[in-house]
Amino acid sequence: MNLYAIKAIYKFEMSRTMRTLFQSVVSPVISTSLYFVVFGSAIGSRISEIEGISYGSFIVPGLIMLSLITQSLANASFGIYFPKFTGTIYELLSAPVSFIEIIMGYVGASATKSILLGLIILATAELFVPIRIAHPYWMMLFLVLTALTFSLFGFIIGIWADNFEKLQIIPLLIVTPLVFLGGSFYSISMLPPLWQKINLFNPVLYLISGFRWSFYEISDVSITLSLSMIMIFLGLCLATVWWIFKTGYQVKQ
Amino acid sequence: MRNLISINELSKTYTGGFQALKDINLNIRDGEILALLGPNGAGKTTLISIICGIITPSAGSVYVDGYNIIKDFRITRSKIGLVPQELTTDSFESIWNTVTFSRGLFGKPSNPAHIEKVLKELSLWDKKDNKVMELSGGMKRRLLIAKALSHEPKILFLDEPTAGVDVKLRQDMWQLVGDLRKSGVTIILTTHYIEEAEEIADRVGVINKGEIVVVEEKTELMRKLGKKQLTLELFKKLEAIPKHLSPFNLELAREGSQLIYTYDTQAERTGITTLLGELHDASIKFKDLSTTQSSLEDIFVALVKDEQ
Ligand SMILES: Nc1ncnc2c1ncn2[C@@H]1O[C@H](COP(=O)(O)OP(=O)(O)OP(=O)(O)O)[C@@H](O)[C@H]1O
Ligand SMILES: [Mg+2]
Repeated sequence: MNLYAIKAIYKFEMSRTMRTLFQSVVSPVISTSLYFVVFGSAIGSRISEIEGISYGSFIVPGLIMLSLITQSLANASFGIYFPKFTGTIYELLSAPVSFIEIIMGYVGASATKSILLGLIILATAELFVPIRIAHPYWMMLFLVLTALTFSLFGFIIGIWADNFEKLQIIPLLIVTPLVFLGGSFYSISMLPPLWQKINLFNPVLYLISGFRWSFYEISDVSITLSLSMIMIFLGLCLATVWWIFKTGYQVKQ
Repeated sequence: MRNLISINELSKTYTGGFQALKDINLNIRDGEILALLGPNGAGKTTLISIICGIITPSAGSVYVDGYNIIKDFRITRSKIGLVPQELTTDSFESIWNTVTFSRGLFGKPSNPAHIEKVLKELSLWDKKDNKVMELSGGMKRRLLIAKALSHEPKILFLDEPTAGVDVKLRQDMWQLVGDLRKSGVTIILTTHYIEEAEEIADRVGVINKGEIVVVEEKTELMRKLGKKQLTLELFKKLEAIPKHLSPFNLELAREGSQLIYTYDTQAERTGITTLLGELHDASIKFKDLSTTQSSLEDIFVALVKDEQ
């Protein structure tokens, strides 16, 4: 195991984050605050409570998940796509590192960044609404697993993409709709029955439900189901990465 | 000298179906400077990229210091430093960070003193805190060399290191290459400038259309393939070359005031005595004569032309 290489990649990626601190941290904080203004105040004044939780507090876990997922995807996909785009990937390919080590560096850095971001959003939310975290360990577990899973997913997208459009298309066309459908801003029971059924195929639903449970002990599906789903998704991403590694898909000529 | 890199029946066919390398066999010796010459698209970069692990070979094998480049990639790659042909750099990082990153990536514990030494050798020390995008093209080239040297490699590949580099810098670079060689580093470089190969290399390999045309000690190559020219400055201009001198394949130059005879140094007889005799008989007088040896460039052009 080339630990120095993992560390080097991790540090390099983290310093990229530090350089782009403004975009990386400030803009999600601003957009979260806007969500509170729009959803919390405008809609929240009409929907007062969901299952005994004030609407503003209710949407906090969903908001964090939304940022966590989109940021993990963006960080990791961009992190590996950029060297491919500029050509600096030659160094990574000629270095005594295995694919696993490359992944650990990039995915680790991307996950770290989005976890930090999630916590910053949580702190921001505290300023607007009362928040209670019933199961902090479970909350951290969901935070870490989601960040890792979607960073891996992002890494796969970054490897697969050979232009900027491909880089954007999956997050834009698939992931964001799934996050919105998955109950970030409402309880699934508020949807018409048909949509409730369709939504059961939405993996993000399970994440948000489990994550919200760790805050307020209310959930759309059982916590075990939530945990199993994220493990399955993580397993799928790992398997895909393994397959990429085996075939050298789109990285090497 | 011991072989450090051995390349056996190496072939590469790109996904589009283009065969860039055909059955390459080449041994690179420990401690030598090998220059790879070849026209655009000959396969130089492809060959280097395979040895460094950037491209996967279609067939054949490469051993570095006895280790297989695929099976023992960790060992072989940590021995190699690569300066790519294209100037590809991270724009926003500082010089110091990029070079430090390279060292870590190649599995070496951090060593600021070494990084400092390398940056000083390449006259980048005063730029160490600048961003990469603030460097000029020549400085970026040096930065790539610094990155390649950051992990103290035993073997250094320089893919057209002097493209876009000014004369002063080029001399500095050759100085550095010479020093590296003295410290035991094996250097493989590609170039289009034949004078460079002539000046610095121990051996020269000519590659064309994916095949090694010749690999030879530089001096040996020039001796073997070298043609010499005898130039005669005539007293009186000649209108045409007399018929009976046609077997010598003479050339008339400078509006008939020069007669040029090309001969092979390796031949049993150069034919000079006979030629001079014949000229005397024909009463063609000359006031001066000189000989010149063909340069590597002429040899190269001749070799590549033969292939076509
Ligand atoms: N990724 C690729 N896909 C398909 N063909 C390629 C690829 N890379 C290189 N080639 C082809 O392989 C051949 C050899 O290319 P290579 O870059 O090795 O040449 P070179 O000797 O380094 O040339 P130059 O002196 O111009 O740098 C060329 O014909 C090139 O078009
Ligand atoms: Mg080339």
